Amino acid sequence: MFSQMQLVPKDIPLPLPLPEWLLITLLVLSFLLHILFVNLMLGGSILTLWFERQGLKDKRYDSLAYQVAQTITVNKSLAVVLGVAPLLSINVLYTIYFYSANALTGKYWIMLVPLVAFVFLLLYAHKYTWKILEDNKPLHIAIISVAVGCFLFIPFVFLTNINLMLFPEKWGEVSGFFSALSLPNVLPRYFHFVVASLAITGLFLFYYISRKSFEFEEELPGFTKYELQKKFYSLGFGATVSQFLFGSVVFITLPSKGVDWDMFWFIATGVSFAIVAMVLMWKEITGPVEKIGRYFYYVVGILTVTVIFMGTGRHVYRANALEPHQKLMAERTARHIEMVQQAALEAEMGLEAEKDLPPGEKLFKQYCSVCHKLEDRLVGPPVTEMIEVYKDDFEGFKKWVRVPGRKRMEYPAMTGFPQLTDEELKDLGDYIFEQ
Amino acid sequence: MDFPLFHLDFMGNRMLVAVIAIIHVLINHAIAVGFVPIVTLLEYLGYKSGETEPEKGAYWDKFSYKLLFVAFVITTTVGALTGVGIWFAAALVNPASIASLIRVFYMAWFTEWLIFVTEVVLIMLYFLSWKRLSKTREGKRKHIIFGASLAIFSWLTMAIIVAILGFMMDPGNWLNDGDFWSGVLNPIYMPQLVFRTGVSMMMGGMFALFLSSFFLKKDNPVKVPATRTMTLYTLFWTPIAALGAFIYYIKIPDYMVGNLPVALGTQQFQEWYGSLIYVVAGAVAVAVLVCLGLLWKPRKFPKGWLWIPLILLFGFLGTFERLREFIRKPYVIADYMYANGLLKEDYALFKRDGVLPHSSYTNTSKVTERNRLEAGKNVFKIACTRCHTTGGINSIVTNFEKMYGAEKPFDATAMKAYISGMHNVKIFMPPFPGNEEELDALVLYIKSLQEHPETLEGVQINGTEVNLYKIKSDQ
Repeated sequence: MFSQMQLVPKDIPLPLPLPEWLLITLLVLSFLLHILFVNLMLGGSILTLWFERQGLKDKRYDSLAYQVAQTITVNKSLAVVLGVAPLLSINVLYTIYFYSANALTGKYWIMLVPLVAFVFLLLYAHKYTWKILEDNKPLHIAIISVAVGCFLFIPFVFLTNINLMLFPEKWGEVSGFFSALSLPNVLPRYFHFVVASLAITGLFLFYYISRKSFEFEEELPGFTKYELQKKFYSLGFGATVSQFLFGSVVFITLPSKGVDWDMFWFIATGVSFAIVAMVLMWKEITGPVEKIGRYFYYVVGILTVTVIFMGTGRHVYRANALEPHQKLMAERTARHIEMVQQAALEAEMGLEAEKDLPPGEKLFKQYCSVCHKLEDRLVGPPVTEMIEVYKDDFEGFKKWVRVPGRKRMEYPAMTGFPQLTDEELKDLGDYIFEQ
Repeated sequence: MDFPLFHLDFMGNRMLVAVIAIIHVLINHAIAVGFVPIVTLLEYLGYKSGETEPEKGAYWDKFSYKLLFVAFVITTTVGALTGVGIWFAAALVNPASIASLIRVFYMAWFTEWLIFVTEVVLIMLYFLSWKRLSKTREGKRKHIIFGASLAIFSWLTMAIIVAILGFMMDPGNWLNDGDFWSGVLNPIYMPQLVFRTGVSMMMGGMFALFLSSFFLKKDNPVKVPATRTMTLYTLFWTPIAALGAFIYYIKIPDYMVGNLPVALGTQQFQEWYGSLIYVVAGAVAVAVLVCLGLLWKPRKFPKGWLWIPLILLFGFLGTFERLREFIRKPYVIADYMYANGLLKEDYALFKRDGVLPHSSYTNTSKVTERNRLEAGKNVFKIACTRCHTTGGINSIVTNFEKMYGAEKPFDATAMKAYISGMHNVKIFMPPFPGNEEELDALVLYIKSLQEHPETLEGVQINGTEVNLYKIKSDQ
């Protein structure tokens, strides 16, 4: 027999509200939906900035930037509201892990609230001043630059939390956000995420300008539709291909405690679907002009499958990494509950013993001794003074205890005890005046 | 404690939650729940008047669009983020409490989320399709339906969250049967909902009137009828708000009403409690007077005055939020978990062994002669910091100085007597959870704070100490 020391907090002693598998399914799916709109929000903002800067030289790009900016408003609101479900689910599934990581990076975690609100206001300011600031492009571009800068910082906070929660053994070692940020794997995941945002936004904008209801000539004068379709498709393709690099770095830098064959096969299956999608995308951008878009829905469908496999693999990693610790936590929690019951029994027996005190003394101990003692001032005046004032005025005593006034300014005001019954007050008075 | 403790030693942890929550509640009530119905009503009136006088209809339409623009920008930025922010802040400040609430209310929150998504989609639709759908009469009809649906969903999000708030004050039968619905249908649910509905609508009406002082110039042809509409809307909801406040007050569970005069009556709060009635009467009276003034002389009414009822109504709502926060003490979940995040049922164990051996985040698992001061600090972190700071807002030192005077060093015996019995006297305080040695250590730490003030940083700054757990393995 040997023993080992480890940080094992106790869990919340309430049952999960739904079966665990259901909560996990909700977590994975709602998270993917959330991250989709986060990707579109980030990718859209970066491209808006990029195109608006190009628009300084080539006016056509200014209207392109304006079109992309229109999409951010909607995507950013959906990103936030769709974040609530995964947040709720991770809270309930990984309570201890998630909240501990939040607290350890607390300053930056809570800063997210004003920061994101501020960026959203900047995005509106940018969108609704397009005409007003037409002659003041530096200011207008500055607004979106600050927004993009903040957006590029924010993922670090989320990734640091989601990473730190997996390593209870590190909780005693990190000090503040930046030290938690430097744990392995945060940076590779960051780049993986930013590049994914560009890939997804490229495909989304392809769809956006290809819609029948989109009045292309009117909204984007000077461009041919094919020119932009190819541009966005190529962005989607290029970014997806480069995930071979960024994704591999993420996989290689994963601390090994959560990696197993299940997880490997989920990721590998995701990758093989992605390869099919890439081949189709390549055919599209090198194929005939009039046929561009013919495989688009296949590409989206296949990539959705990829993303679901990747998301599941990501969850399997988390589940593997935390499983041993969760087991220990469950054991400790169960033991704690037993100890609580034991202690409650003992305490009850202790109370029996106290029953023998005279009622007046018990009341005095409970309510009065906090502020009064026999001869000296504590918070209030000593008991000897009470006896002087009220010895022959029991009614006055009763009244005062129930609704006290304030006689001396050098003492804090007394709390009233209107809940005491006549009988209790009599016992209390008897005890006090006997002193 | 089973969470590393985030702590703000100047502003205090409660203040963090309070600031975010107050901003959110004001935006939610005044600019969403109570505001969308009046915007839609004004739009509808424009649609109606457009039948006969298209030009005048356009004025109505422009005005209601401007109102919605303000609501759109504020609610989808600061409004949305402070909503999530309450959660972020609560998870930092009292993780055990919010974690327990989520376990009980997962389904309610999940439903809330579905409604919330619908609400966001609807406000996008309502605002962003305004110009496009206004081109035809038929489009306009559809658009007004978006507005009405948005109004309903905004109200529903509030209706659900109020159940959770009510639960924190009185879990009803949940403590006995642990059932989700017992938690939701707690006895003060309806009164709170009626109260909040009324106040929201009043605030929405007043906020629209306030904005109209910028958006409706003197020569605007709809100035008089629009002002009249917003005024009547506000007046219509006034009795409901007042009635709701009254029922809410008397329906607060008996033991809490019992607490009210005592808890609030600890003279520190006496003034504040007395002001409750005045704030309610004052806010309602001023709102009514301003409305009557507007009805009487819509053109001449000085617009600078429109601030006043708005601020008083904020005060009205704020007073009740404060009351709600206050009457739930010493608990954070009535009769189940104290404001310090410790479970009521765990107290027997803590009293026997102390809190330190059962805490995962401390470097003193036991009080010894050599570590007493450090142990006292750790006890302070666990038992006090959710509400108190060392030298900032609600400072522990200042609180004791108020009782014992600031001139001389605290008397340890007096402090010990006070801390062991404070929950009997100051009903809003949870009982001290630890054992004798821990009490000694805590008193030593507070005394040292009085002599040498020292900031206590939370784990977000310097990380946390850990109290490792011995794992036994039979191999």
